[in-house]
Amino acid sequence: MEDNGKKKVISLKDIRRDFIVGSETVHALRGVSFDIYEGEFVTIMGKSGSGKSTLLNTLGCLDTPTSGEYYLDGISVRKMSKNERAVLRNIKIGFVFQSYNLLAKTTAIENVELPLMYNPKVSSEQRKQAAIESLKMVGLGDRLYHKSNQMSGGQMQRVAIARALVNNPAVILADEATGNLDTRTSFEILVLFQKLHAEGKTIIFVTHNPEILQYSQRNITLADGKVKEDVYNTNILSAADALAALPVNEED
Amino acid sequence: MNWTNLFKIALKAIANNKLRTFLTMLGIIIGVASVITMLAIGHGSKQSIQSQISKMGSNMIMIMPGAERRGGVRMGGSDMQTLKLSDYQSLKDECTYIAAISPSVSASGQLIFGGNNYSSQISGVSQGYLTIRQLDIDDGEMFDDNDIATSAKVCVIGTTIAKNLFTAGEEPVGQIIRFKNIPFTVIGVLKSKGYNTMGQDQDDVVLAPFTTVMKRINSVNYLQMIYASAITEDQTEQAIDEISDILRTNHKIQDGQPDNFNVRSQEELSSMMTSTTSLMTILLACVAGISLVVGGIGIMNIMFVSVTERTKEIGLRMSVGARGKDILTQFLIEAIMISITGGVIGVLVGILAAYGVKFFAGWPIAIQPISVVMSFAVCSITGIFFGWYPAKKAANLDPIEAIRYE
Repeated sequence: MEDNGKKKVISLKDIRRDFIVGSETVHALRGVSFDIYEGEFVTIMGKSGSGKSTLLNTLGCLDTPTSGEYYLDGISVRKMSKNERAVLRNIKIGFVFQSYNLLAKTTAIENVELPLMYNPKVSSEQRKQAAIESLKMVGLGDRLYHKSNQMSGGQMQRVAIARALVNNPAVILADEATGNLDTRTSFEILVLFQKLHAEGKTIIFVTHNPEILQYSQRNITLADGKVKEDVYNTNILSAADALAALPVNEED
Repeated sequence: MNWTNLFKIALKAIANNKLRTFLTMLGIIIGVASVITMLAIGHGSKQSIQSQISKMGSNMIMIMPGAERRGGVRMGGSDMQTLKLSDYQSLKDECTYIAAISPSVSASGQLIFGGNNYSSQISGVSQGYLTIRQLDIDDGEMFDDNDIATSAKVCVIGTTIAKNLFTAGEEPVGQIIRFKNIPFTVIGVLKSKGYNTMGQDQDDVVLAPFTTVMKRINSVNYLQMIYASAITEDQTEQAIDEISDILRTNHKIQDGQPDNFNVRSQEELSSMMTSTTSLMTILLACVAGISLVVGGIGIMNIMFVSVTERTKEIGLRMSVGARGKDILTQFLIEAIMISITGGVIGVLVGILAAYGVKFFAGWPIAIQPISVVMSFAVCSITGIFFGWYPAKKAANLDPIEAIRYE
């Protein structure tokens, strides 16, 4: 799986996904092919109905394609059972959702520990250690025992990102991760993603907001279930600079 | 599968919803507690009846005239006269399995002493009656064979009779009381036995020689009943067989013909008496069992609400790697923990309530370990049974839809 001296984390070959709605067949994906290499920060853009969500579900091993091949970290996913995919998600994928999806009345550390709870190979001591490290990585080292309802939106999303990092996944899948946040907090989260990218993490950021692609390394645009455009960004903007340029008096 | 972690997750979910968990548990607590209390009351009254009956003489045998007839068939007058004194004599002489025997004839009427009168019954018996009914003479003495031979006008009375007739505190022994204008000399007073379970006053008795009652009062030549007692309780069956054989020979009954008498043991009486309480116990247990099922349905209901309410959480758990069976186990553990904790509390409450009934209402109780084990087992099974379907529903959720559920 070596290409250009870099490892392919994700490899899609002619992925098709059909849904049967009543008597009609809806073609959500009509032959999508691309590779994502280790350490890339990729945005996937598309309007609603472009097949963006279906692609995200496929990449996240929540769904299997009707035809085509999908290799995640060299493992073929298409013929996997529901349980096998659950185990694969547990060790290879970190999800970040638009609405954070933290457990209610639960501390930051317990939320971050969650994926490791389903991995019998991790001891409770290792689990706690990994959770603390992840929370430090997202800048919440001082909020370990705060409960989810005692935190701001930005903080909750940081906890969610820490949760996605805790199993040291092959890829982080973010679904509109800044969609529920105000401008300033959105930039703070983008700064965090750029920092994680700089540390070598592979990130896929699905969004419909065209502003965000200026801060990513590569952008794939979907339309009508096909890849319309796949370009590397020659002029990556710094989210930190953008954050500094924001008017200071803006309310959080 | 990582049981410890799933257990922690389930515990956390329960802790997050304390009030709801408690209310769900309440159904199980009430169910288990009522099963235990009801069974304790049922068994308690059964045991108390049994012990009362055995106090009356558990190896007592009753021989009655007339075939055993049930279902409203009237027994003919001649049937009532099949037991003769000769039967009593041959039983007394020939039976090897009996320790004591006494004929019994009785008459009702007024007992009169001075200005007092008391309505009662006079029983004509022999000395063996004291052994059979486990009676003791408190004061004076029992009549003897000579009194029987001469149909003497003597009697032994119970304390109730003494209290009602000798209101001025006279010494009963030696006094003369009248029954149907026949004067009887009181020669003895029985030791008090109090009331039996059926509410009969066991001290409301007057015993006289059976010959006296037969000749002087009733003017009959047949017996109303014969009492006997087996040597030991285990020999009751043999004694009954022996008595039947002797009586069939005496009455010249051919093989295949029905008996014209009826032999009953106290054991039969006891099982007859306890069958009523057994039925009551079963009814009480059924009512209590229904409340246990209702409690179980409560668990199922709450688990369904919980699954729906936590759809998004289930979706999240699945997307971070929980398998269907992890989710199933988590919800099943929750349901079982609710029912088992409810069961433990229910057992304690049930035992407390049973003792409360004993203390405040004075009813006899008997807590049987088997009923505790049974109701506990039933409530655990209830937890699994009623928790399974909601847990399965949670496990079968599609993570894609669950995570976007609002």
